Amino acid sequence: MTLFCRGGARDTLRIEGARVLDPAGGVDGAFDVAIEHGRITRLEPAAEAARGLVLAPAFVDPHVHLRTPGREDEETVASGTAAAAAGGYCAILAMPNTDPVVDCASVLGALIEAARAEAVVPTGFVAAISRGLRGDQLTEMAELAALGAAGFSDDGKPVVSAGLMRRALQYSAVAGRPLALHEEEPTLSRDGQMHEGAVSAELGLAGWPSVAESTMIERDCALAAYEQRSLHIMHVSARESVAAVRAAQARGVAVTAEATPHHLCLTDDAVRTLDTNVKMNPPLRSEDDRQALLDGLRDGTIACVATDHAPHARHEKDVPFEEAPFGVIGLETAFSALYTFLVEPGVLPLELVLERMSAGPAQAFGLPLPRIAEGEVANVVLLDLEARWTVSEEETRSRSVNSWLLGRTLRGAVVKTVADGRVVFAA
Amino acid sequence: MAEIRLAGRPPSPPRRHLLAVSDLGREDVERILGTAATLARSLDREVKKLPALRGRLVVNLFYESSTRTLSSFDLAAKRLSADTMSLRSSGSSVDKGESLKDTALTLAAYDPDVIVIRHPCIGAPQVVAGATAAHVVNAGDGKHQHPTQALLDLYTMREALGRLEGLHVAIVGDVLHSRVARSLVEALALVGARTTLVAPPTLLPRGIEALGCATTTDIREIAHADVVYVLRMQHERMLPGAAFVPSLREYTALWGITPDRVRAGQVVMHPGPMNRGVEIDPRVADSGAALVSEQVRAGLVVRMAVLYDLLTSGPVEIVRALEVA
Repeated sequence: MTLFCRGGARDTLRIEGARVLDPAGGVDGAFDVAIEHGRITRLEPAAEAARGLVLAPAFVDPHVHLRTPGREDEETVASGTAAAAAGGYCAILAMPNTDPVVDCASVLGALIEAARAEAVVPTGFVAAISRGLRGDQLTEMAELAALGAAGFSDDGKPVVSAGLMRRALQYSAVAGRPLALHEEEPTLSRDGQMHEGAVSAELGLAGWPSVAESTMIERDCALAAYEQRSLHIMHVSARESVAAVRAAQARGVAVTAEATPHHLCLTDDAVRTLDTNVKMNPPLRSEDDRQALLDGLRDGTIACVATDHAPHARHEKDVPFEEAPFGVIGLETAFSALYTFLVEPGVLPLELVLERMSAGPAQAFGLPLPRIAEGEVANVVLLDLEARWTVSEEETRSRSVNSWLLGRTLRGAVVKTVADGRVVFAA
Repeated sequence: MAEIRLAGRPPSPPRRHLLAVSDLGREDVERILGTAATLARSLDREVKKLPALRGRLVVNLFYESSTRTLSSFDLAAKRLSADTMSLRSSGSSVDKGESLKDTALTLAAYDPDVIVIRHPCIGAPQVVAGATAAHVVNAGDGKHQHPTQALLDLYTMREALGRLEGLHVAIVGDVLHSRVARSLVEALALVGARTTLVAPPTLLPRGIEALGCATTTDIREIAHADVVYVLRMQHERMLPGAAFVPSLREYTALWGITPDRVRAGQVVMHPGPMNRGVEIDPRVADSGAALVSEQVRAGLVVRMAVLYDLLTSGPVEIVRALEVA
């Protein structure tokens, strides 16, 4: 068991006439759906389809920062999972780069207890690969996995030492949980504030070259192939990186990858505003890179959309661009952003986006697969594709408001989220 | 708030800033340079002060050491009869950890008309503009922009060569770390001049050509230029490990501006401070081809023009101001 959540009675409800769209399960049609005590009990063709309403498997986010322990002013288990529920998620995985780092049983145990008390949606905790994220000594991965770690990552930092990376891959056989990697060759990305290219040249901001990501992906895929272990590559941002993952998959390496809504929707052009809410790591890249990510998502090279939800205090982002921390929030806006900028304009089909937000990440991390079928526990999201809403600070459930979408009007909204059989969000 | 703040004052133009050269159109540049030329006439008189900005407050907020830019803005404001206040980061509340936004809010309580800011971080002027109601002038933010330097350089070139359109300017040196180069390339493109950046490959930012300039690593290319604009070699970037060039000695040998590399008829410019013997040979720096002092003088009148332009309605009034004086 790697997902934890506060308990409570499971709900009973009916959803009539929505278009039920479960791409992984091959379901697409107007149905009346009955959920009794948290389980889908009936799926019957509906006489009439309700306009714009889509019922889909709820989303799974393998890459969230809950800032707990240490920065509860920025996010807590309660606020982060409330944001996830509002975004249509039925499962999230939280990253270990907290203070203290999730690198030992006591910190992980406390988080699991916190999730059992506060988590609105089932939450898993990824533990660190190296102690203190220092990159020189493995954590007690087997013990952490036995306690309930959902995977291992030094997210926020690369595993610089190839030797330690190899040991982590070898040892993941004992732990039995996936490794998720932040790929960045630090001597190439050093001091980088944004993507290296024409815009960084214009602004004078230090460049973070795309090859700093791909050279590390290539190294780690080579190590994974050698050790015959699997890998998950986090927040892929560049064309070369997609090519590296694709080539590794083609030669049989068990590697999965994720991309974020901001990398899929935005380019480094947005940095011209010097808005600190478009400063992220890896940085927003060129249009050519963005197109490669979209191609990767289409052909399955990139199986997951992950938000990399990274809350930061307002005063920490309210500074000159170069002083601002990297990261943006995204749980509450992920679907609507993708729908507005990619689905409505015809760039990506709705089915593909739904699959990459749900089945893709669930499979990559071995989590329960959200399905819409009779007998399944209800993990569903009801979407209103005709809705329009404006992203505002006041209505943000996260404790932080560092969103690149503040003030923007989006199409498509989450109306209801059912996670583990409980209604966790209703608009 | 704005209406209350301005009550009792003559109507001002809408709040504007000079954060980057991209804030300017060609007509803005022409107007500011024209105003600067008019103001230059006033500097020839015995009494050099004009009443144009009497009662206005210009705050110079400098987070980096600066001699010529700070003194130039300070004197420019004083010559136009504005009150000035200069704050440096050392010895101020900044030393105590106050954020830029809070410092700006503190200053805003004094109701300044213009805040001139220099800061080591890109985007700092935007933070001040967002936190106050003042007109904000960027006096240098990190490696990003230094728009008044670009304007004074255009002014100097036009005074020396009689034109800007069609000029060919070679900018030589550490382009990667230079806000002067970025601002000047954009400004030159705006007025129809051509730029070639000449630098070691490690100091040429990838993608810089998108600004509308040519690039080369060959110093011999400066022979084709009307203006050789020399950039300061930033010693602090040459620390072991940075490895932008193998040594200053090799840099000077390959890219230093020596007398044999400057042809007759070319002018040489440098934004200062100069590293004599590194990027520029003293014999060039002290020759008649060098316009370094002219650049400093131009800095004063151009900054007067920028302050005037932000706070009044334009060139008609400048004539009136001179007449009144």
